Amino acid sequence: MEKPLTGNFRPDKEAVSLAEYERAGGYQGLRRALSMAPVEVVELVKRSNLRGRGGAGFPTGMKWSFVPMGKEAPHPKYLVANADEMEPGTFKDRALMERDPHQLIEGMIVSAYAIEADIGYIFLRGEYECSHDRLSRAIAEARASNYIGRNIMGSGYSLEIHLHVSAGRYICGEETALLNALEGKRAHPRTKPPFPQVSGLWGKPTIVQNVETLCNVHHIVDKGPDWFRGLSRTEDGGTKLFGVSGKVKKPGLWELPMGTPMREILEDHAGGMCDGLLFRGLLPGGASTDFLVAEHLDTPMDYGNVQRAGSRLGTGTMVVLDDRTCPVGMVWNLEHFFAQESCGWCTPCWSGLAWTEKILFAMEQGKGIRRDLDTLIFQTKFLAPGNTFCAFAPGAVEPLQSALKYFADDFRRHVDEQRCPWR
Amino acid sequence: MLTAEERREIEEKLTQYPTRQAVCIDAMLIVQRHQGWVSDESMHDLSDLLGLSVADMDGVATFYNLIRRKPVGRHVALICDSVSCWIMGCERVRDHLCGRLGAQLGETTADGRFTLLPIVCLGACDHAPAMMIDGKLYEDLNVEQIEEVLTHYD
Repeated sequence: MEKPLTGNFRPDKEAVSLAEYERAGGYQGLRRALSMAPVEVVELVKRSNLRGRGGAGFPTGMKWSFVPMGKEAPHPKYLVANADEMEPGTFKDRALMERDPHQLIEGMIVSAYAIEADIGYIFLRGEYECSHDRLSRAIAEARASNYIGRNIMGSGYSLEIHLHVSAGRYICGEETALLNALEGKRAHPRTKPPFPQVSGLWGKPTIVQNVETLCNVHHIVDKGPDWFRGLSRTEDGGTKLFGVSGKVKKPGLWELPMGTPMREILEDHAGGMCDGLLFRGLLPGGASTDFLVAEHLDTPMDYGNVQRAGSRLGTGTMVVLDDRTCPVGMVWNLEHFFAQESCGWCTPCWSGLAWTEKILFAMEQGKGIRRDLDTLIFQTKFLAPGNTFCAFAPGAVEPLQSALKYFADDFRRHVDEQRCPWR
Repeated sequence: MLTAEERREIEEKLTQYPTRQAVCIDAMLIVQRHQGWVSDESMHDLSDLLGLSVADMDGVATFYNLIRRKPVGRHVALICDSVSCWIMGCERVRDHLCGRLGAQLGETTADGRFTLLPIVCLGACDHAPAMMIDGKLYEDLNVEQIEEVLTHYD
């Protein structure tokens, strides 16, 4: 099975060096891209059906097609790699950056070329120190080899790439909040329109893409959109990094065809549940996705199928709930995170999430009351899409609304027995 | 006073952005990397250097989790409390560390050796529970291992 994203990873977990990267065919995609017109690169990415790997799944080529192009277009234009991996339960971009940093850089250069960007930023989580060191070295190597800088390989195209270290807030992963953070401001989300593709960083056209998305781009240019679509088992193209954490025998991260069934990932790759524990449910793609349960285990992990099952593919890194872990406690932990990380901009989010967290904490402490269950259901509607400024709060209540559905008895027992039955 | 090295690093960052304001987060993190935290005095120096008011810079500083406006101990331990680490028992890790060092999360030990802080998901979920000390990641933590890790920090 082909593994374009992780095939070059070294067993000793050190970064792939520039020489190793080039020997394995690295920077060939860039050479090919520079021989084409930018619009042709966009067309290839469109035909590949590459969708955003950060969680939202927006078609990448379509996003790029909104960027003003040609002589009349405003400059400088910007390309930003969203490396602010802060979704709890997610550990895929860190692996890509630590173990094959040149792959991200090549993906960025090709993507920047496609939209005629002048400057690229990598917006990196502050805690990702190892990624920082390895990316810094790789950027310097790429600059020394004229893969970035002025007149890249004699093509006439110029691009600089800079590393921005974030000071930490989950909301920075939201693309318009990220733009404010890069401008040195508090990271509140922005109103759309204007969309960043037209008016982003300092009012100039800007594309923000997740690390894993960018890592695919030069492979698509090098090997073609048909090859990319053929990697997948379903209609969404490519491979996907899937991860499993929680009480399974072999937690880990694997690059598998898009559309690999959930059960196969859990049982064949993660080795199934730890001895003596039973599966109760999972978050398929990080903290802000709805729980799925045993009846969904044969769902192919791609955007459409996970959505039809009632959740989202999200980041593709699953968090597993076992029968000895309290579902109410788990949801309390999730809402504690969201309440803490709310940027405070709109009232439903800062107020509703703090309220939700307090109720869940009280339930865990044996102080829940009957009316709390109705209040929690109310919060899932109060914080629904359309009522808040950005997608943060609707994402935050996804695990809550599905937990209330699938683990209703557990919530009731907490209130009826005035204790957490797991403690 | 900003040191020559801090100033040099900030000047380099200034070449990477079109505005001086954009550098304020980088600049605070640079100072913090050298001094452990960002003091009022540093804020005034940065304000002069970047042409931003101290009030505006504090507005930024107070928004972000990793900018520290209070002094910290010789070492800073970040203990992950997000969902995968919670399932795998991060509360035990936290309780053991706090008990062993005699400080709660958000506090510095009396001898100034450690500051203990909670942190959101460190992206080490397949090796939970995890923590980070002075930028070094520790995974698959248990009580015995914590004892061993602590011997490396005096």
